[in-house]
Amino acid sequence: QASSALVVAEHGGGSVKNGSISAVAAAAAVLGDSSPVTLLLAGSGGSELDAAIQHASSAHPAVLVARSPLLGQPLAEPWAELLVQAQKKGNYSHIFAASSSFGKDVLPRAAALLGVSPITDVTRTIDQHTYIRPIYAGNAMATVRFKGSGPCIVSIRATSFPAVPGLALTGVGHPSIRGNLRDGFPEAIGKSKWIGLASQQTERPELGAAKIVISGGRGLKSAENFELLEKLADKLGAAVGASRAAVDAGFVPNDMQIGQTGKIVAPELYIAVGISGAIQHLAGIKDSKVIVAINKDRDAPIFQVADYGLAMDLFEALPELVAKVPSKRL
Amino acid sequence: MSMNPFCEIAVEEALRIKEAGRASEVVVVSMGGEQCVETIRTGLAMGADRGLHVITQDSSSLFPLAVAKLLQALVSSEQPRLLLLGKQAIDDDCNQTGQMVAGLLGWPQATFASKVSISDDKESVCVEREVDGGIETIQLQLPAVVTADLRLNTPRYATLPNIMKAKKKSIQRVTPEELNVVIGSDLEVLEVTEPPKRKAGVMVASVDELLDKLKNEARVF
Repeated sequence: QASSALVVAEHGGGSVKNGSISAVAAAAAVLGDSSPVTLLLAGSGGSELDAAIQHASSAHPAVLVARSPLLGQPLAEPWAELLVQAQKKGNYSHIFAASSSFGKDVLPRAAALLGVSPITDVTRTIDQHTYIRPIYAGNAMATVRFKGSGPCIVSIRATSFPAVPGLALTGVGHPSIRGNLRDGFPEAIGKSKWIGLASQQTERPELGAAKIVISGGRGLKSAENFELLEKLADKLGAAVGASRAAVDAGFVPNDMQIGQTGKIVAPELYIAVGISGAIQHLAGIKDSKVIVAINKDRDAPIFQVADYGLAMDLFEALPELVAKVPSKRL
Repeated sequence: MSMNPFCEIAVEEALRIKEAGRASEVVVVSMGGEQCVETIRTGLAMGADRGLHVITQDSSSLFPLAVAKLLQALVSSEQPRLLLLGKQAIDDDCNQTGQMVAGLLGWPQATFASKVSISDDKESVCVEREVDGGIETIQLQLPAVVTADLRLNTPRYATLPNIMKAKKKSIQRVTPEELNVVIGSDLEVLEVTEPPKRKAGVMVASVDELLDKLKNEARVF
């Protein structure tokens, strides 16, 4: 059977999300140049979806579009059913998605409906059916092979598949496929209702894509003290993250959590401030190019993984850093 | 065998729902070899009413899809209104089982729950979930599947009297054959290796030295 991939393309604010572009890169890497890769974009309709479709088709010729009021929100039930229908229509050998909270929610449900085991949170591809994924909070890597019949369903860790804009979205000249899937959803769909999303508005770069990330832990002692980190982040044009302890203590909201069960980051520079370095936190930062740790406890485990460690009181170090660090913002 | 931390949180939530008068019974399920009995006893000691042990010869063949199919079969005989799971196991870090069983059952799902509120009429559940963008709130009609995230609650310790009481609670054993589920697997783990180690780093003595290294050695500025 010839290979072909469907990539679930999440979009927001009128463009395809970075994680999904990474998923396209992974699909193209696995399948090779001669196999078609189709992007699936869906929503309830409107200008943002149209803009996202434009963004997708400008760089990639095969785009499948689904419009339905049921797809206006990221609810797993209609989206999983959409994937089932897309699969029935397109008979893809592979389905890819980013391992975002949306991908984690939807993909396994869709896989079960299609009767296959997905391989999730992949960091490396070996061949079309063999992938590497982290286990034990990234302390071990498992090489897993899919040997079923049915689509090979894979979610990828975006930080492991850098999205090179333009390059990643280049198709091989396949004709444009624009289909509108009909509403044929079974009963189960109407049983969930989206109420709302509480999120913080920020101008800072997204954690998953930022070149520099500055992260705070319990050592910051209060929500107000995170302002010290924010000053440093602003000067460097960095994103701000946090350890689980800081989120549990209520210093910062959950979407800043970095770690095994939070966000995975792989920036050029990761600065951990007042973070002890629990294994679960390290799981989220291992692929950073350079790790810096600032902690007054010389024995903190974070110093085992840091490229540069500064055993100093962060309340002294931070103001000095803010004053002396080169400004990235123009 | 100690209980997966996320599952402990799920058990705790079930107990709180029962204590709030929104459920009449809490049943804990574990699947695998004999070591599951200890895990189930922990759940019973926390306060669950009874246990179910799906006994399999070989735990390594229990990939999430197999667990989901077994749960689906159990649900059809037990008829619970709420299926609570931990969001992921801390060994394989899959984060799939809850979503899969919800799909197989045709039930709505709420994953990564940080707050669970059953409605007064017990017909629906309102769940706050931790997602990439913040906290999302959704409402599901029961029966439903909910998977627990870290901040949903802090599980209780089993008290000694409850540990003693747990010894008298029943644990029913059932096999996949009895549930009419064939455990196959479409996945194979070829090998498990250590990830590449990071080179050891150095300690710096001052902010000036740090900035110098970052600029001239690491060249990130």
